Amino acid sequence: MHHITLRVNGHHHELTVEARRTLADMLRHDLGYTGTHLGCEHGICGACTVILDGQPARACLVFGVQADGAEVRTVEGLANGDQLSDLQQAFSDHHALQCGFCTPGFLMLIEAYLAEAGRDRTLSAEQARGLVASNLCRCTGYQGIVEAVLATAQARQGQDATDTRDAGDAT
Amino acid sequence: MSSIGTRLPRKEDPRLLRGRGRFGDDISAPGQLWARVVRSPSAHGDINDVDVTQAAKAPGITAVVTAADLPPDLVIPVRLTVPGGPDLSGYLQPVLARTTVRYVGEPLAVVVGEDPYVCEDAAELVEIDIAERPVVLDARTTDSPPAAELTRGYGDVEAAFAAARHVVRIELAIGRHSGVPLEPRCLLAVPDPDTGSLDIFGMTKVPVFNRDLLARLLGLDETLIHVHGVDAGGGFGVRGEFYPEDFLVPWLARRLGCPVKWAEDRAEHLVAVNHSRQQYHRIAAAFDDGGQILALDDDVAHDNGAYCRTHGVAVPELTVAMLPGPYRVPAYRGRIRVVLTNKTPCGTYRAPGRFEGTAAREHLLDVAADQLGLDRIELRRRNLLTPDEIPHRRPIATLGTDLILDTGDYPALLAAAVREADRLGYRALHPETPEASEPGCRYGFGLALFVEKSGLGPQETADVTVSKSGAVHVYSGGTSLGQGIETVLAQIAADALGVDPAVVRVTTGDTVAQPFGAGSWASRSTVVGGSAVHQAAAAVRERAVQLAARILEAAPEDLELRDGAIAVRGDPGTTLTLAEVAQAAGPASRYLEPGEPAGLTARRRFEVSHMTYPYGAHAAVVAVDPGTGQVRVLRYLVAYEVGRAVNPMLVEGQLRGGVAQGIGGALFEEFSYDDAGQPQAISFIEYRLPTAADVPPVDLLVCQDHPAPGNPLGVMGAGEGGVSAAGAAVANAVRDALGLVGGVGQLPLTPARVRELCQQREGIP
Repeated sequence: MHHITLRVNGHHHELTVEARRTLADMLRHDLGYTGTHLGCEHGICGACTVILDGQPARACLVFGVQADGAEVRTVEGLANGDQLSDLQQAFSDHHALQCGFCTPGFLMLIEAYLAEAGRDRTLSAEQARGLVASNLCRCTGYQGIVEAVLATAQARQGQDATDTRDAGDAT
Repeated sequence: MSSIGTRLPRKEDPRLLRGRGRFGDDISAPGQLWARVVRSPSAHGDINDVDVTQAAKAPGITAVVTAADLPPDLVIPVRLTVPGGPDLSGYLQPVLARTTVRYVGEPLAVVVGEDPYVCEDAAELVEIDIAERPVVLDARTTDSPPAAELTRGYGDVEAAFAAARHVVRIELAIGRHSGVPLEPRCLLAVPDPDTGSLDIFGMTKVPVFNRDLLARLLGLDETLIHVHGVDAGGGFGVRGEFYPEDFLVPWLARRLGCPVKWAEDRAEHLVAVNHSRQQYHRIAAAFDDGGQILALDDDVAHDNGAYCRTHGVAVPELTVAMLPGPYRVPAYRGRIRVVLTNKTPCGTYRAPGRFEGTAAREHLLDVAADQLGLDRIELRRRNLLTPDEIPHRRPIATLGTDLILDTGDYPALLAAAVREADRLGYRALHPETPEASEPGCRYGFGLALFVEKSGLGPQETADVTVSKSGAVHVYSGGTSLGQGIETVLAQIAADALGVDPAVVRVTTGDTVAQPFGAGSWASRSTVVGGSAVHQAAAAVRERAVQLAARILEAAPEDLELRDGAIAVRGDPGTTLTLAEVAQAAGPASRYLEPGEPAGLTARRRFEVSHMTYPYGAHAAVVAVDPGTGQVRVLRYLVAYEVGRAVNPMLVEGQLRGGVAQGIGGALFEEFSYDDAGQPQAISFIEYRLPTAADVPPVDLLVCQDHPAPGNPLGVMGAGEGGVSAAGAAVANAVRDALGLVGGVGQLPLTPARVRELCQQREGIP
């Protein structure tokens, strides 16, 4: 058994886990973050994707002990109180979810990607589809998810431009 | 304004987006134990021994049970019986195998312990001794007699074929695949040793049926079992049927006197949950010189796997009953042999029997058009039933109902679909355009027509109640599998009551909240469940007006209900809210007459004896790389008549999701086996679900031109039309791309299969 500490959605946790316990099981069953779902437990479907120190990671392929000292974001950490995040809202607007089981994994994958992609400010429809192809959804046929990614990217780009202007950047 | 027909955002979305859904494995009970099923490693054999001695001694293990611990002769009965159908009692699956195993994955024992990790460790200590026997893997060649044979049809088929100028035949094998929802199955059973009751989480599809069956198998009164509604990560036909685990988990919970949870893993799911689709069609049609169909004859071998499960022979029956589709077929015979093999048993998967039969019929029509020298669309146009022939009664029964194609204009839908495909440039893409130009690629266009079925009765029940706050509560017998039923039923109730859908709360899948539900399957929830909600809400409206008339001392006919309030017409000063009316219906209210029950509530049962038959067209453009055998679907169109779309956004979602699954079955997904009957698709590496890279944006033409005559909402089910004709459209497009004379022979069209077709066809390298 190993004593570890980590932060999940900004909350500090300390616990003792077996070396073989996966991060997904630890989040779900030891810490109560049941929004992280397990669809295959072999790294293909991506339903368990969380953001681990800024990078999207399959929580079924990471042991809990590997997250010792890490900063983890899960789907429960996306909304601001009662306010859905822009990406969550875009998922609803574009009917990007049906059963909702794969949704947390897609949200965390896309959130991590957009945070990174924000640096070069471009996202083509083809790139969005390629990103969405990382995970599996059995209900939607993916179209709404791709649309939600593009809409969020576009809105954030506009937001960033506005922020820049507001900051008085003349360039 | 009516809330029906609006693109209302889903009521389910906020909780699911925030990770606050309650899926099976999200729910736990204090002191719960975990179960792990030990499954057969052999496809066929006699059980010499299942030795649990070491497993039972493992740390953290509470119990290990085998068939010897269960009541004797415990088998799972058929849910969907075909009236006058075959006796399947000799082919039913035991809960745990006792003497013989018949497929890899068949349950042999269950390990129960304090944590799923230790249970999995202990399961590996169970020693299984099986004397292997020869396996049956091909439904076409086995010597053993079929479990059942069914024939549906009418007219003199033999004479029509003998006299016909043209006879066209093809063979088409449909690959074994299934629903494979993203959430594996999960069950939690919580016993109350004091009352003898059981709370169950995770039976989502037909909870009342499963409750009653479980009660019977456990020897309990059914009201002692409370099945709770939970979120479900996709259903598609497979989830929520009564499987061995649905007996084992509650039985163990009662025996051990503590909560027991079982969470299936993906490897188990792929060998344990119902497979579907695998059939071999030998289909032929007779035509006159003008291309009119004179007769249709299909001879099918249906691979049902090792047992008959809860669907009995419903899938093979639907296959042959629905096979003539939208066409005028003067003489028809569909024969199907239900063959048992040493593979996972089969059941329904979205559009059961129609995906298979539509593929066979529509592929045959393309081959026939080419042989007759007719345009493929024109051949269909000549044979479609015309509006003056509808309603069209086929002398065929299916699922215990007479097959009456109830409404529609099939030629108009075909024309609209072709117009839309042409407007979007589908046929201009073919053969070569820059949009899809890779050196050596061949392009093809495929079209297929189909008739679906929906709204199977015999009944659905709904309760609608207005609480004292003015909230409207709907208690439906449907279940939530991801299809958006909470939103749709809220829209229907809001429409009938004249309230905002935001004040409507929908409860599904709970056997106490709605003890008379028939469940969500067969595209029935909007049609049958929605009609029940409509009737119950309309009854509540009538009751509200009656009570308001007493309060306001007005005549009921002078009152109007609008925006959640009742007023005397033309006198807004008299307004009563629904909340006030509900308060006035309280048990001590002076507005109640002697003997009158309290509450602003109504229960209604919607009964229907016939299904309603939506119909549509699929069109696909594909690119085939003859070098690698890869098929890419570039464009896809579904045109579908739904009568009336309660929420068009959800209808579109159903169709798009169905197309993705259909493309999966046409190109990627297959449960294959080796010669010993060992499954080869045991993870998502081998079982290839389509990704976003495999599915194009789907163009849709959702038609609402022919309301269903058999229900008050005019709705037809939209759940299955996205998948029904996908195998057909993709097969036709690939055949077109390769310029084949005959058919493609089998689905899925994997790269290896396409390479074979290229090699058979001269001129393709």
